[in-house]
Amino acid sequence: MTDRKLGSFGPLIAIAVVLALVSTACSGAGGGGGGSAKTITLAAVDNPQMADLKKLVSDFKSAHSDIDVKIVTLPEDQLRQQVTQDVAANSGRYDLFTIGTYEVPLWAKKGWIENLSPYIAKDSSYAVDDLIPGIRTALSYNSNLYAVPFYGESSMLMYRKDMLAAKGITMPDHPTWDQVAAAARAVNTSSVSGICLRGLPGWGEQLAPLDTVVNTYGGRWFDEKWNAQLTTAPWRSAVSFYVNLLKTAGEPGAGNAGFTECLNAYNNGKVAMWYDATVGASNFTGDAAKNSGYAFAPHVVKDWSGWLWAWSLGMPASSKKKDAAWTFANWATSKDYIKLVGNKLGWAHVPPGTRTSTYDLPEYKTAAGGFATVTLESIAHADVTHATVDPVPYVGIQYVDIDEFQQLGDQVSQEFAKVIAGGQTVDQALTKAQALAAAVGKKYQT
Amino acid sequence: MLPAFIYVFLVTQIPFVLTIYYSFFSWNLLKPGSFQFAWLENYAALLTNESIRIAVWNTVLLTVAVIGISVVLGLAVAMILNSEVFGKGLMRTLMIAPFLIMPTAGALIWKDTLLNPLFGLLPYLLTPFGLGRVDWVNQFPMVTVVAVEVWRWTPFMMLIILAGLQSQNPEVLEAARVDGANAIQQFVRITLPLVRPFIELGALLGSLFVVQTYDSIFMLTYGGPGEDTTNIPFLLYLVAFQGYSIGQASAIGVVAVIFTTIIATLALRTLFSIFQIEARR
Repeated sequence: MTDRKLGSFGPLIAIAVVLALVSTACSGAGGGGGGSAKTITLAAVDNPQMADLKKLVSDFKSAHSDIDVKIVTLPEDQLRQQVTQDVAANSGRYDLFTIGTYEVPLWAKKGWIENLSPYIAKDSSYAVDDLIPGIRTALSYNSNLYAVPFYGESSMLMYRKDMLAAKGITMPDHPTWDQVAAAARAVNTSSVSGICLRGLPGWGEQLAPLDTVVNTYGGRWFDEKWNAQLTTAPWRSAVSFYVNLLKTAGEPGAGNAGFTECLNAYNNGKVAMWYDATVGASNFTGDAAKNSGYAFAPHVVKDWSGWLWAWSLGMPASSKKKDAAWTFANWATSKDYIKLVGNKLGWAHVPPGTRTSTYDLPEYKTAAGGFATVTLESIAHADVTHATVDPVPYVGIQYVDIDEFQQLGDQVSQEFAKVIAGGQTVDQALTKAQALAAAVGKKYQT
Repeated sequence: MLPAFIYVFLVTQIPFVLTIYYSFFSWNLLKPGSFQFAWLENYAALLTNESIRIAVWNTVLLTVAVIGISVVLGLAVAMILNSEVFGKGLMRTLMIAPFLIMPTAGALIWKDTLLNPLFGLLPYLLTPFGLGRVDWVNQFPMVTVVAVEVWRWTPFMMLIILAGLQSQNPEVLEAARVDGANAIQQFVRITLPLVRPFIELGALLGSLFVVQTYDSIFMLTYGGPGEDTTNIPFLLYLVAFQGYSIGQASAIGVVAVIFTTIIATLALRTLFSIFQIEARR
């Protein structure tokens, strides 16, 4: 009797427990390094431009048979974690990595990345003066270049000319946010939203466009003495404006909308306007590609409110193959590489926003159509050292260039996401954000 | 035995000892030179930090809600499967399925295929009731996480409770019926006391795993909006990999391990008591 009972339920419990154990045993293995002295490893962000680079590596190898290149592509958040751990622990797993304008000055200061100016000085054909000045500033520390730009972007307003024209609206080249909001509300219907703005929490997602709105409203994260300024009037106006615009004429499910979601919505004709990275326009298809107009980042008080970002190649100080790594970085960010991409993969694939000469190429001008000028001028006018109306102790436009900002920005954007979802008011969110920012600011007050 | 012992010791105890060690240091990866002995500073911060309090509350809420609901549902399903219904084997297999789907994949399916306000299945089905276009994940974040976790843990509860039900002697129930007990009385007076230890075991084992819920929160809500769904494991992730505060994260880890050890001890005691009852019979 007892045996029969035990026999019937014993296996079931065993199965349940084993299943539970197996299902929680996650795999977290990382890729290995190693290889011969000639192999360099590049940790790259997973974006279309890097996918193109991967395709063209064979061209590099045929010119440099002594260097083998291994490219590890990772999504942005994972790349950031992996690379940060790598340089902080000085492990030398990578010889090159893609880092942004946020990381370069911070890491240069800590001595984590190699000063590239001496390498550049050795090669006159690199044409360092051809790099767009704003990008150069953003990638420099103490007037030395610590990373070379592979791709650069600013932000702009993209809109469907046909949808706006149907309501008799023409968008000026330099619109104000009020004009944009009025247009968004005018074209907003139950099936097509007026505008797509990022609501997805994250300092690199929602906070990027929102920060540019705050800047142009006259807000700043910290005053010159590192006192947090998030409960000031400009912040309140800017965040209220952003949230109200999303609620009255924004995309549904704004709390989950990031760059990719907005791009899909715009490409499918679900939104009439989109304020985001200039690179967005390179990915338009169908009607979106045919009927789009482009305007500079909308402004309120401060002109030229577009952001600045550049994915760049940096070299960790711990790399043991620095010369080989530089040879590759040089090739991948050279004028010739841009022409190589144009000829082999098509001119729309050219990584934009790095070199002034790119915008003189007639083939690129044709391919990039309406947005080439807006992109180039937006980048040219974006100044990471003068992003706000009032003076600030930090650099950065859509971020504050301090170590703590990743966490601070993520937390603050979560509070705004809660406002967008209707879970709290703008004032409640700003009060919490102020406390978080004040705690960070305190570390810089001495 | 010895090689096995050494292996288990190496992979479980050394990381744990290191974690305890790090928890006494003010180590932040982004701050070179920050590796300094900080006494109990990291633990003191746990007491004053509001995020921790919210995370503890969220963890308790999530665990209690998920375990409570999945035990009730698991019991109901187990009762159905224990009776003579058509296609019992197939039904049991289907019922276990949610537990076999990887948590990350399951959460993604919920978020994008089922709950997406634009093209999700649930908003579409609820449109006639005026609940289309509801952004479940953002407007009801905790409800969403609890729903997904209940979906995942109900099969586990069902399996364990079903084991208990199958050990029930049908003659006892028949005797009760002859004595005039109705279905409810049979259930409350006879079946429930019998499966009670199994429910306790399921609830405690389940709690062990639900306390550690991380994957579905990462995929569904990323702990938000605000801190509405940030539980202890997710806070640990944020502190360690967004803030790179290894010392602080280690302290959170140590405290979390202490809590789970307490639950695990209770679970093991219940497990032993079941086997003792079985042995006595």
